[in-house]
Amino acid sequence: MSILVDKNTKVITQGMTGKTGSFHTQAALDYGTQMVGGVTPGKGGTSHIGLPQFDTVAEAKAVTGATASCVYVPPSGCADAILEAIDAEMELIVAITEGVPVLDMVKVKRALSGSKSRLIGPNCPGVLTPNQCKIGIMPGSIFKEGSVGVVSRSGTLTYEAVFQTSAIGLGQTTAVGIGGDPVNGTNFIDVLELFLADEATKSIIMIGEIGGDAEEQAAQFLIDEAKRGRKKPMAGFIAGRTAPPGRRMGHAGAIVSGGKGDAESKIAAMEAAGIKVSASPSLLGETLAEVLKG
Amino acid sequence: MNVHEYQAKELLAKFGVGIPAGIAALTVEEAVAAAKQLPGPLYVVKAQIHAGGRGKGKFKELPADAKGGVRLAKSIEEVEAFAKEMLGNTLVTVQTGEAGKQVNRLYITDGVDIAKEYYLSMVVDRASSRVAMIVSTEGGMDIEEVAHSTPEKIATITIDPAEGFMPHHGRAVGYALKLTGDLNKQAGKIAEQLYNAFVALDCDMLEINPLVETKDGNLLVLDTKMSFDSNSLYRHPDVMALRDETEEDPAEIEASKYDLAYIKLDGNIGCMVNGAGLAMATMDIIKLNGEFPANFLDVGGGATTEKVTAAFKIILKDPAVKGILVNIFGGIMKCDIIADGIVAAAKEVNLSVPLVVRLEGTNVQQGKDILANSGLPIVPANDLGDAARKIVAEVRKVA
Repeated sequence: MSILVDKNTKVITQGMTGKTGSFHTQAALDYGTQMVGGVTPGKGGTSHIGLPQFDTVAEAKAVTGATASCVYVPPSGCADAILEAIDAEMELIVAITEGVPVLDMVKVKRALSGSKSRLIGPNCPGVLTPNQCKIGIMPGSIFKEGSVGVVSRSGTLTYEAVFQTSAIGLGQTTAVGIGGDPVNGTNFIDVLELFLADEATKSIIMIGEIGGDAEEQAAQFLIDEAKRGRKKPMAGFIAGRTAPPGRRMGHAGAIVSGGKGDAESKIAAMEAAGIKVSASPSLLGETLAEVLKG
Repeated sequence: MNVHEYQAKELLAKFGVGIPAGIAALTVEEAVAAAKQLPGPLYVVKAQIHAGGRGKGKFKELPADAKGGVRLAKSIEEVEAFAKEMLGNTLVTVQTGEAGKQVNRLYITDGVDIAKEYYLSMVVDRASSRVAMIVSTEGGMDIEEVAHSTPEKIATITIDPAEGFMPHHGRAVGYALKLTGDLNKQAGKIAEQLYNAFVALDCDMLEINPLVETKDGNLLVLDTKMSFDSNSLYRHPDVMALRDETEEDPAEIEASKYDLAYIKLDGNIGCMVNGAGLAMATMDIIKLNGEFPANFLDVGGGATTEKVTAAFKIILKDPAVKGILVNIFGGIMKCDIIADGIVAAAKEVNLSVPLVVRLEGTNVQQGKDILANSGLPIVPANDLGDAARKIVAEVRKVA
């Protein structure tokens, strides 16, 4: 079992013929993902790296039966590409693009409510279920089929968690990078809900960072779920303890402002929800192993 | 990106927002000429720096009892005297840090008879994923203090992007400010104009503090802070043109030319990392091992050898740097590209400080081979914890 994607997931790429889209679509094919086509307006009817190209998402979906789309469209056209995928009722949309204007995402978020689509990202590394399906840019080689669910706001810290849980032999059910932007499609709570419901997921690693209060909300969600009897062993990490207030740390969402969103309050909230928060990003795997030993 | 108060007000005026008459000045002569064009008899001379708290700020070069960065002048001669005292001098406010900021621009405005002060700001609210307006009757105060001590005096109104700004939003703003009749209507109108400006210009934050009610019954923007979503600047060349590079850190400007996210910090270990989260985590683990990072630097995805070389040069320009930690977990970025960049840059700058490199991910072996065969004294690390311990040990060896 896994969440969001598995070996049956048929995937198209929006913005496939560009350098990034080509490279990562090929990598997804090599990983064994069921890549079934691409959408590049004006190139419908052609073929690229062996996959049929379509002018619209709706056409690609109708012809290939794809249920998921991976978006590599550059920032200026990214929101439009996501909105097209929502219109086409694509079940899962994964936007990798970094640098999407935040007010574009405000519109996208509005369009998502009441739609048939779930959006992961933007500015995220994607979703990967080991040996089954890779959507996005995560390096497949570090994954191992197993029992840990990984959810993270940071791309490269997702890799750390995956690498470390592979190294100690636990492996992953699915890893989800939700992205570092202030307005994104899917938040911790949505992914935690899926992991709690997934039987194969025996434990969870959650990686947050400074800015906003998504971690605090997720912690409250976990406390409420635990009261209902749903609880899984969890380890976590918060990046940005050394970040000075008022400075945006690379990610558009990573900023401590107005006394809100600092690392200490997030860590306290997560600890209160029973998550063992690792002081060091290099001890994520070990910390989870300790939790599992009890 | 931030702009000066006068630039923000000029932008807002294009959307119909009421502002006191004012003219920017770069010299004493310009300040005097500006004052002569204003009706008088009261003028306000305002230092233009990208930091708040100007009114209560102090000039480093002036006696401690000298006035701050916002002064009321009662004659053109006084405008001239104030301009002479302010231009070229360093203003220290609660937001500038001890170093302060040199005042290179002034804004000379018409004096306003104030009846009451209000607060109004807009941000993109993460929780609702909408533009939120924050309004309060407590204008001219530190709004964070108001939020903390009297949260009931703050109202938040969010705007659904699908419906846009509706009359009911305007009425809600007016009632939150406890305004009735014509002033309530004015509040709704100015809130709509500010929302239109916020959306049209892709603002990140727009703060009006204070919004004032004049004695003759008009609402005016007396002071404002405006910042823009850097992801949207590509579609606003007019806003880009307002950038004042003298307000920014030269190293950060240099970094932005190469699309690198660089922020200078106070420690002695330079960091080059891919990904913002991992970059922050690398800073955290350095501190955990007893030293402090000299910078945040995210080389991002798809970095070229040229980009990595530039990153190296920027880190090494900081004299406080006693060692460098490179931490790359390849996803988009391939380790061999990073390795090429490290070797090329280290050779080009005659690297004189210890360098610890941790590579993981795509093409990791090729990357490690390139480093090993480079003939450079690079200390390899196996994981992040190992890397942090090694660079801290190297830096302490030097000291």
